[in-house]
Amino acid sequence: MKAAHQGPLTFAKVQADTGLKTALNKTRAEVIAEISASGLKGRGGAGFPTGVKWNLAAAARADQKYVVCNADEGEPGTFKDRVILLEHADLVLAGMTIGGYAIGATKGILYLRGEYAYLRPHLEDALARRRQQGLLGPGITGTKGFQFDIEMRMGSGAYVCGEETALIESLEGHRGEPRNRPPFPVDTGFFRQPTIVNNVETLAWVTCILAKGAEWFKGFGTDKSAGLKLFSVSGDCARPGVYEFPLGITVTALLKEVGGEGAKAVQIGGASGHCVPASQFGRKIAFEDVSTGGSIIIFGPQRDMLAIAHNFLDFFVEESCGQCTPCRMGNVKLREGVELLEQGKCSMAYLRELCALGETMQLASKCGLGQSSPNAFLSIVSNFKDEIMGRTAAGSSVR
Amino acid sequence: MVSDNVPQDVGRAPRSQQRQTVAPPQNLESLGARVLCTIDGKEVRVPVGTTILAAARELGIRIPTLCNHDDLCVAGVCRVCVVEVEGQRTLQAACAYPVTQPTKVWTHTRKVRQARRHIIDLLLADHYGECYACSRNNNCELQSLAKEYGVDFFRFGHPEKPRYEIDRSSHSVVRDMNKCVLCRRCIRTCIDLQEVGVLEAIHRGHDTKVATFLDKPLAQVVCINCGQCINRCPTGALRANDPTDDVWAAIDDPTKHVVMQTAPSPRAAIGECFGQPAGKAFTFELNTALRHCGFDKVFDTNFTADLTIIEEGTELIIRLYKALVQKDKSVALPQFTSCSPGWVKYIEHFYPQYLPNVSSAKSPQQMFGALIKTYYAKLQGIDPKNIVSVALMPCSAKKFECNRPEMCDSGYKDVDYGLTTRELGKMISEAGIDLPAMPKSDFDDVFGTATGSGVIFGATGGVMESALRCVIELVTGKKVENFYEHAEILPVRGFEGVRYVEIPITAVGPVPDLVKHLVPDWNWLKGATLKVGVCHGTANAKKVMEDIKAGGKFSECHFIEFMACPGGCLGGGGQPIPTTPAIRAARAKAIYSEDRAYTVRKSHENPVIQHIYKEFLTDGPCGHVSHKLLHTHYTARGKYIP
Repeated sequence: MKAAHQGPLTFAKVQADTGLKTALNKTRAEVIAEISASGLKGRGGAGFPTGVKWNLAAAARADQKYVVCNADEGEPGTFKDRVILLEHADLVLAGMTIGGYAIGATKGILYLRGEYAYLRPHLEDALARRRQQGLLGPGITGTKGFQFDIEMRMGSGAYVCGEETALIESLEGHRGEPRNRPPFPVDTGFFRQPTIVNNVETLAWVTCILAKGAEWFKGFGTDKSAGLKLFSVSGDCARPGVYEFPLGITVTALLKEVGGEGAKAVQIGGASGHCVPASQFGRKIAFEDVSTGGSIIIFGPQRDMLAIAHNFLDFFVEESCGQCTPCRMGNVKLREGVELLEQGKCSMAYLRELCALGETMQLASKCGLGQSSPNAFLSIVSNFKDEIMGRTAAGSSVR
Repeated sequence: MVSDNVPQDVGRAPRSQQRQTVAPPQNLESLGARVLCTIDGKEVRVPVGTTILAAARELGIRIPTLCNHDDLCVAGVCRVCVVEVEGQRTLQAACAYPVTQPTKVWTHTRKVRQARRHIIDLLLADHYGECYACSRNNNCELQSLAKEYGVDFFRFGHPEKPRYEIDRSSHSVVRDMNKCVLCRRCIRTCIDLQEVGVLEAIHRGHDTKVATFLDKPLAQVVCINCGQCINRCPTGALRANDPTDDVWAAIDDPTKHVVMQTAPSPRAAIGECFGQPAGKAFTFELNTALRHCGFDKVFDTNFTADLTIIEEGTELIIRLYKALVQKDKSVALPQFTSCSPGWVKYIEHFYPQYLPNVSSAKSPQQMFGALIKTYYAKLQGIDPKNIVSVALMPCSAKKFECNRPEMCDSGYKDVDYGLTTRELGKMISEAGIDLPAMPKSDFDDVFGTATGSGVIFGATGGVMESALRCVIELVTGKKVENFYEHAEILPVRGFEGVRYVEIPITAVGPVPDLVKHLVPDWNWLKGATLKVGVCHGTANAKKVMEDIKAGGKFSECHFIEFMACPGGCLGGGGQPIPTTPAIRAARAKAIYSEDRAYTVRKSHENPVIQHIYKEFLTDGPCGHVSHKLLHTHYTARGKYIP
């Protein structure tokens, strides 16, 4: 286990150019096969197998395809993409180039979170340098017939634009709102052309996998969750920061590394993730158990779980795009319910109704934002019922 | 492959709301193929890409919808139509989910019922107002859904205070965003169907609302008043500016002489307000009902439709003569029709440089208004200030039109009130009248006789067909029946968005008396080909205008009919709700069959028209008197409104 405070990330030990050159010496099919064999799954949180996504886009017939790097790192409590972009931008840009080669795209777009505007000059410099070195533009590394270039585009601060179809809408100059899926971006993406949208970290791992081989990557993690993963750790712990762990690490083990022992609960996966109580700290952080895009927020014993639920719901009420009913209105109603709980005015019957509403939101919302927005509320209600019920208007527990 | 109910061309629609291409290119072989869709155990084979909703309809299975509309592209935002699809973790919106492989669907499982119920409860939790105090009471899709899902209490509450001020700035459309359920049909209507683009969603989350540019009042943006958004709003959030109280007050006032003119399209649709199926005209029952309501006189707008044809036709002849014979380069051609007030406002905003092309002839409504307070007042010996002139129109834009400051050529407001079909339906109900049961009665004389030409104004292509019937006879001296069976000029009919027709003039006759003072002979038209265009819906108008700008074939036309609303006036923004392509087609059928019933079907043969040119408009079509009363001018508004 290599934590950031103990030494450099794996990313620091991989030459971006090695990965890119290895890829360009393979056929497109071989590159995709390598990625598929590695078992790499999307590092943004959804965990869709990268090889499958690329394969679909590669098979789509179109004159123009696109590679989009999702650098709209908006999930509360995540900041690892910022570190990657700052310190290992070449891995990401090489990963995009590899993706372009694999699916047959000539254009890449790096969609950078509005709040990360200060990273833009740094990334523009990296792009210019790569063009100069022949790593972007026509005839990359001397290969005939493969050209690829990357353009930067800025987000404007909407959380929902991290959802890939909303991101594409935003790229096209529209209001950032998710599309109906299907069709998926691999088929009908940016300007209706096949498009792969990958997270910053995913693309960086792509370069690493090409450089070091699928077997090396599979050597880490679990059967269903291969490889290493960066974690953004914050909250009540001694050593917050960006960490690298293999997937499958237990919550207990992670807390030990970061000095978060004694936590009451850990929010895994940000606002849209799950709140894991201490009794379940033996669970694994992996796609098959508690999955995450990397956000780990630690809550110490002094934290009020209802206040936490309130905070997350404030976030979703603010960040719902407002398009579909369950998400637009459901989060408002859940928040009102939390306010009732705070005043000790929420009946058990109404709380059950709100939990059923949460289920509806998970099932019937249009996109991942709405579908995951009640997660924190539901897990806090089911794991901390004693703590949140029976309050008085003053806000303290009657017990 | 796309589902049938999605428009093919979606212009500048937000991408998320555009037609979905769903056949993955690697499956090209499967294009045209059918796939098996099993819904609630019933099987149907549908073309690849058909939505679950369309497949269910084919099976006769009802899936409730709210944001979906047959005229509009897919949105998938209300989530009322969610269903369970085998293999999918979440519920899917039936309106937006394309069937591309064998699919099993369940439409009313516990999850589905619970989700729908919650969604309806959530919509009601944000829908301010009480049903019994709403213009859409008993004709509201949200109300119907609440009933269908047995809502008997407000599970998640109900707003007690309004959030937004009602926008009453427009003469035509009232917007009450407190009743909006954010289905975004109005947005899709305005952006995709009409391509006007006045409405769009602003803000996020619970603050999301449908707004105009900078959230300005509707009267201060480029709204063309077509009212298509009203027709597609599922609730009472959008409605027409209703003057019925003022009309009643005029009826109640013994000093006022209240006259009504009725246009053909409302007559073909008003039965729908009384539970009748679309496609049955109640013209003569309506006359009786209006008299019962207390209107002093009932006239037929068709009369001035005939007059419009004469005036507009003459104007065309003058333009053509100046351009072709006198080689006057300043003449603007093609000439555009001017009877659709939505279209007029559209061109004033979007193509003001082409205003010289618009016929200066007023619309039938306004011609009638001007004649009622002059010719009719004099004839009846009534002081025009005591005449209240009301027009029954299928249209919300007519309300704006009659309030234009330039429409006071009689010395008074030419038309005092424009009523929509829906509003008159309400007045008739209020008077305790069951319209379909009314005995028939004729229009009042003076303007009594009209022709079939006026009737077909209500359908797209109707103005053009009427004009052609007239022009062909005036120029060739022969009956139009010699060229077209039953005088039905079929090439200009139909519902295609844009039509282009060439009419060769092989022979010419003597110049009839009516236009003798304008042209010496017709020889200059011999062997010429009259090129005309027809389009309906401003999205199609935009296509034609862009073609003209680019010097395409429409720039070589002589005369083009523009109608702001899809289907023409019969699909107007004042017509009964709901509207669908099928309903509009049924109304068109009613209009064309009414045309066939008339004995006189050409405007220039109308004896009262001939009479009025002898008695009142003595210097003939486009003469001095007619110019004062029957013609108007336009305002170059542009898109930037200070």
